[in-house]
Amino acid sequence: MELVLMRAGVWFAAMVLAIMASALAVDWGFGVHMVICAAAAAIALIVTLRGGDFDAASRSVLRSPMPGRYDDEVIRWAVIATVFCGMAGFLAGLYIALEMAFPALNFGIEYIAFGRLRPLHTSAVIFAFGGNALIATSFYVVQRTCRARLAFPGLARFVFWGYQLFIVLAATGYLMGITQGKEYAEPEWYVDIWLTVVWVSYLAVFVFTILRRSEPHIYVANWFYLAFILTVAMLHLVNNAAIPVSWFGSRSISVAGGVQGALIEWWYGHNAVGFFLTAGFLGMMYYFVPKQAERPVYSYRLSIIHFWALIFLYIWAGPHHLHYTALPDWAQTLGMVFSLMLWMPSWGGMINGLMTLNGAWDKLRTDPILRMFVMSLAFYGMSTFEGPMMSIKSVNSLSHYSDWTIGHVHSGALGWNGMVTFGALYYLVPRLWNRTRMYSVRMINWHFWLATLGIVFYADSMWVAGLTEGLMWREYGADGYLVNSFAETVAAVHPMYVLRCFGGLLYLTGASIMTWNIGRTIAGHALRPEPAFGGIAFDPAKDVPLTPATAV
Amino acid sequence: MNAASTYDTLRALADSWGLAAMAVVFLVLCLWPFRPGARNAADRAANSIFEDEHDGA
Repeated sequence: MELVLMRAGVWFAAMVLAIMASALAVDWGFGVHMVICAAAAAIALIVTLRGGDFDAASRSVLRSPMPGRYDDEVIRWAVIATVFCGMAGFLAGLYIALEMAFPALNFGIEYIAFGRLRPLHTSAVIFAFGGNALIATSFYVVQRTCRARLAFPGLARFVFWGYQLFIVLAATGYLMGITQGKEYAEPEWYVDIWLTVVWVSYLAVFVFTILRRSEPHIYVANWFYLAFILTVAMLHLVNNAAIPVSWFGSRSISVAGGVQGALIEWWYGHNAVGFFLTAGFLGMMYYFVPKQAERPVYSYRLSIIHFWALIFLYIWAGPHHLHYTALPDWAQTLGMVFSLMLWMPSWGGMINGLMTLNGAWDKLRTDPILRMFVMSLAFYGMSTFEGPMMSIKSVNSLSHYSDWTIGHVHSGALGWNGMVTFGALYYLVPRLWNRTRMYSVRMINWHFWLATLGIVFYADSMWVAGLTEGLMWREYGADGYLVNSFAETVAAVHPMYVLRCFGGLLYLTGASIMTWNIGRTIAGHALRPEPAFGGIAFDPAKDVPLTPATAV
Repeated sequence: MNAASTYDTLRALADSWGLAAMAVVFLVLCLWPFRPGARNAADRAANSIFEDEHDGA
């Protein structure tokens, strides 16, 4: 009872403070945000005061099976949030791609202008879709591999719901034009403080679950998850060090300015790729790929080398985002060299994942989930080769500021992060809801091919667009003047922008099929009647060798 | 200590003892799984995720 009173007191105080802050707000966006915070605190207050068994209520909403050995309820919520945020992020991405091809789609409305929607898209896919997938899978994997229940169940729920509040504040902030102007770190100071609270709670839940383990060894997937959580905490704190202009306003001034600020930003930005989108998702890879292939990872010792090499090298690669800027030359070269060295552990990890299927490649004929994992590893390999290549200064002078970068990012994000997440979702949903398998296996296959084709259209069109732009921008005439105006390069790549939209549409269509499939599985529909995968009867009449062409 | 001398101190540390220490720590961590007898431990760890498949999930 005392505990309930204390918690209710905290939420009530938070609500009152938020209402006061919204009344004192010096700008409109801050006022809106404080109203959202007050509403969130009010919901938490009501939930605390009403008491009762929330998990039972939650189980009836989500149609969860009876609780088992592990604490999975928060994982089910995170799975649903992953699917929802993925759809929102992909849709926003398609829309801004259409805006790039057809600027009339901005409609002169500030809230849907490209500059506002673009951070909404990047944050929705990286931090909302990817972040929820990481929360879901890390909580799933750490419990299974440590054979321990989640430590601090209440705090784990706070992590999930607190992270959703962060997403809402970030997304609404972008639409209202609240931004620090730092790529991938756009949320303002008060949202950053909230994320710090949530993230430290996440770290506490994860570390204490590991400490409670009944398995002597900590499985390598947890090493990657832990590196992800710790490093993101460090990056977030350093890059977002800022002084608010007013305690009741949404503007702040960064502590570091000029080239120091730029270097800190790209130290953050590249390690967001390295530790959020790589280390965290490698945690997924090292658990779900062996599980789905039903074979242990090809070389456990290689996975340890992969881990340490990634940790030691990635942190130095950031300066390659600042080639040919005011950053000292030695720092640019350092970033380039470390980026090139990163190629080795990345390919070691890719080979380790792919070779896990050694002797079980036939499973690819009948298991579209495994296909997703293999395609994901293939894109991990391709984008970790392309990245170091683009960090070479002479290549970068062609590729930088062009759409090649956008193509590279999407082959990594759609191919590696997207595919491994889809595979993990298809693995998790039947197990979390106690179904024999997904509602439809054929639909997974459709999703696989739509997503793969979508990425091909996206990456190819952006390569062509990027090279076109890079070459047109640097073309000098005999008289020493630039040959092309910027507007001419925009017109030249217009067909590529349209092709990119088509690729995005395919990817979104695939994700829509997944949403339907997952929804049906959760709702408990009877399995879709469909022919089994690879269930082709042997026909001796067709089993004849081809006639050599010379024999005709 | 002014900014320039802080920079010089850190810079000197970074390309001498600091660099050597990082390299040694890195090599030890990478070679650690290859110490004698570690093969079995690695195999056990790799297969640990397949024990008790039915975890109530």
